[in-house]
Amino acid sequence: MWDYTETVKDHFFNPRNVGVVENPDGTGQVGSLACGDALKLTFKLDDQGKIADVKFQTFGCGSAIASSSALTELIKGKTLEEAEKVTNKDIADYLGGLPEQKMHCSVMGREALIAAIENYRTGSTEAREIPEDILCTCFGVTESEVRTVIQENDLHTIEEVTNYCKAGGGCTGCHSEIQRVLDSCTGRQTPQTEKPTPVTTTAAQPLTNIQKIKLVEKTLDEQVRPALQTDGGDIELIDVVGNRVIIALRGMCAQCQVADFTLRDVVQARLREFVSPDIIVQEQKK
Amino acid sequence: MKTVYLDNNATTAVDPEVLQEMMPYLTELYGNASSIHNFGGQLGKKIDHARQQAAQLLNCHPTEIIFTCGGTESDNTAIFGTLARYPDKKHIVTTRVEHPAVRATCRQLQQQGYKLTELPVDAQGRIDLDQLQDEITDNTALVSIMYANNETGNIFPLKRIADIVKDKGAILHTDAVQAVGKIPIDLAQLPVDLLSVSGHKLHAPKGIGLLYIRRGTRIAPFMVGGHQEFSKRAGTENVPAIVALGQACQLAQKHMTDENTRVKQLRDQLEAGLIKTCPNSRINGDPHARVPNTTNISFEYIEGEAILLQLDRLGIAASSGSACTSGSLEPSHVLRAMGVPFTAVHGSIRFSLSRFNTQEEIAYVLEKVPPVIKLLRSMSPFSPENSPNEILTS
Repeated sequence: MWDYTETVKDHFFNPRNVGVVENPDGTGQVGSLACGDALKLTFKLDDQGKIADVKFQTFGCGSAIASSSALTELIKGKTLEEAEKVTNKDIADYLGGLPEQKMHCSVMGREALIAAIENYRTGSTEAREIPEDILCTCFGVTESEVRTVIQENDLHTIEEVTNYCKAGGGCTGCHSEIQRVLDSCTGRQTPQTEKPTPVTTTAAQPLTNIQKIKLVEKTLDEQVRPALQTDGGDIELIDVVGNRVIIALRGMCAQCQVADFTLRDVVQARLREFVSPDIIVQEQKK
Repeated sequence: MKTVYLDNNATTAVDPEVLQEMMPYLTELYGNASSIHNFGGQLGKKIDHARQQAAQLLNCHPTEIIFTCGGTESDNTAIFGTLARYPDKKHIVTTRVEHPAVRATCRQLQQQGYKLTELPVDAQGRIDLDQLQDEITDNTALVSIMYANNETGNIFPLKRIADIVKDKGAILHTDAVQAVGKIPIDLAQLPVDLLSVSGHKLHAPKGIGLLYIRRGTRIAPFMVGGHQEFSKRAGTENVPAIVALGQACQLAQKHMTDENTRVKQLRDQLEAGLIKTCPNSRINGDPHARVPNTTNISFEYIEGEAILLQLDRLGIAASSGSACTSGSLEPSHVLRAMGVPFTAVHGSIRFSLSRFNTQEEIAYVLEKVPPVIKLLRSMSPFSPENSPNEILTS
């Protein structure tokens, strides 16, 4: 049994704001039955543009339901601009923390919120694609978000970036990526991407690119593909650029709306374990 | 709150009679059975007695039984031990629904160069016997097919499987961990070569099991470093646990009729009641060939872990094939192999009973489960009443 906090249990057993808001201003749906997690979020705004009512329906485990409940409590009374700033980390913090393997439940909450706001603004009912330029996978921060905080706040160090948007505050695997964005923002163009600085100290010799590609292929073959194939999916290696591994998901996985969690929790985790701790996995742009 | 324990395929309660029988060997009778002095040496007789009790349950000769530390060791011994004796044969046949103790072991051997055939199963979880026959070649060293499936309770037709495999000249191992003690097994009539048993699935403690090795079967020891267990399994005998397993086997034989009548009726009552009171539910497995204690039910549109957490609060212990309960992102490989839709895999719950369950407990479960299912469905975006026109599937 998972080690859930009392707050998680409370929000699971006594979920707040379950249901669907009548005539909602915005509706967001993410996840799918195939992936075992899905969330539908609806909200209504008041005269001041604040979220007057918000409700959720969730298909998922205990922490998915608790995360959804927490999200609704967090954003109630906020303007959309304020609500947009709620991160998956905020949801997890509100619940007193989530087990590592369950962090994706809080990510799903955030995705549903963004999708609902998108729906309000553009009328799009498409489930919003998870941004493809995720830079910090621990906190789900995109490269454009990092760029924004750097430019808006005149940031110069990785530490500052972490303090402003949390990017790089988890596994630290994206520090070389943050440095690259910092450099490009401040006009210091350096070929850093090709030579990522390993942030963990390992005695291993740096791999040549060919060695790295071979090791990536081997790891995907042995550690990743069998698991995906069991569920009718598959994975294809497209390219390895520096510490970025670009892959394409096939079969069931290709249609899966929360494939990003597979990418991060399975593919990236395995590659970091067996190839290099600074590997960043990205899906080929469709 | 008293726990209604319906997770007996995971592990069982130690029978009080078993505990009583093993106690002296955990306290005053702590000798080593290999010792010359009587203090230790006398324990050899106790081990022999336990071996006889086990042999009686399986209807085999006591010398065909070696004690191990559990089902997993028995499976590993059967697989590695057989392959070591047939170094020229490089093919293993098994099924897609085996327990990880067999499945992962075979997949590891596949990585080391063995050819591995995992037979598919149909929607009820049954293998195709013609396909089994076709897959076995002169290169096949071992066929390993479980006796009963841990998740669905499905019983495989071992007699017919054995006839096919023996006709082809391969060694047949069966993981009977979920079958022994639940259904009668007669090894005099069933020509399997190797059969694994786990103690804690039949009311003995954890950490003890046995492997049946038919006389004349060539097998290399998995544990080396001692003469114990006919030099087939080294290591000082775990006397208290061996005594316990022997007693548990004797009790299993004694309660076999109860298991297949009263316990079966409780299971059937539970299953029929839940299917009736919870619409959009389905039974996973083959209703015509199942061990009497197990039912696996999928409650569509909701997720297993959420169900289990709710049941846990009500004092009901069961298990699920959902991905979220496993700690990995993979839902049950057994249900996936059977082609059970994702919608049903995630909401699958296994209830597995034992002779210690009562009518009152089943009545309690039948009263408490339907409202839980209803509550969770009222929160699910997929429930037909919540989204008549917009089912999200991918």
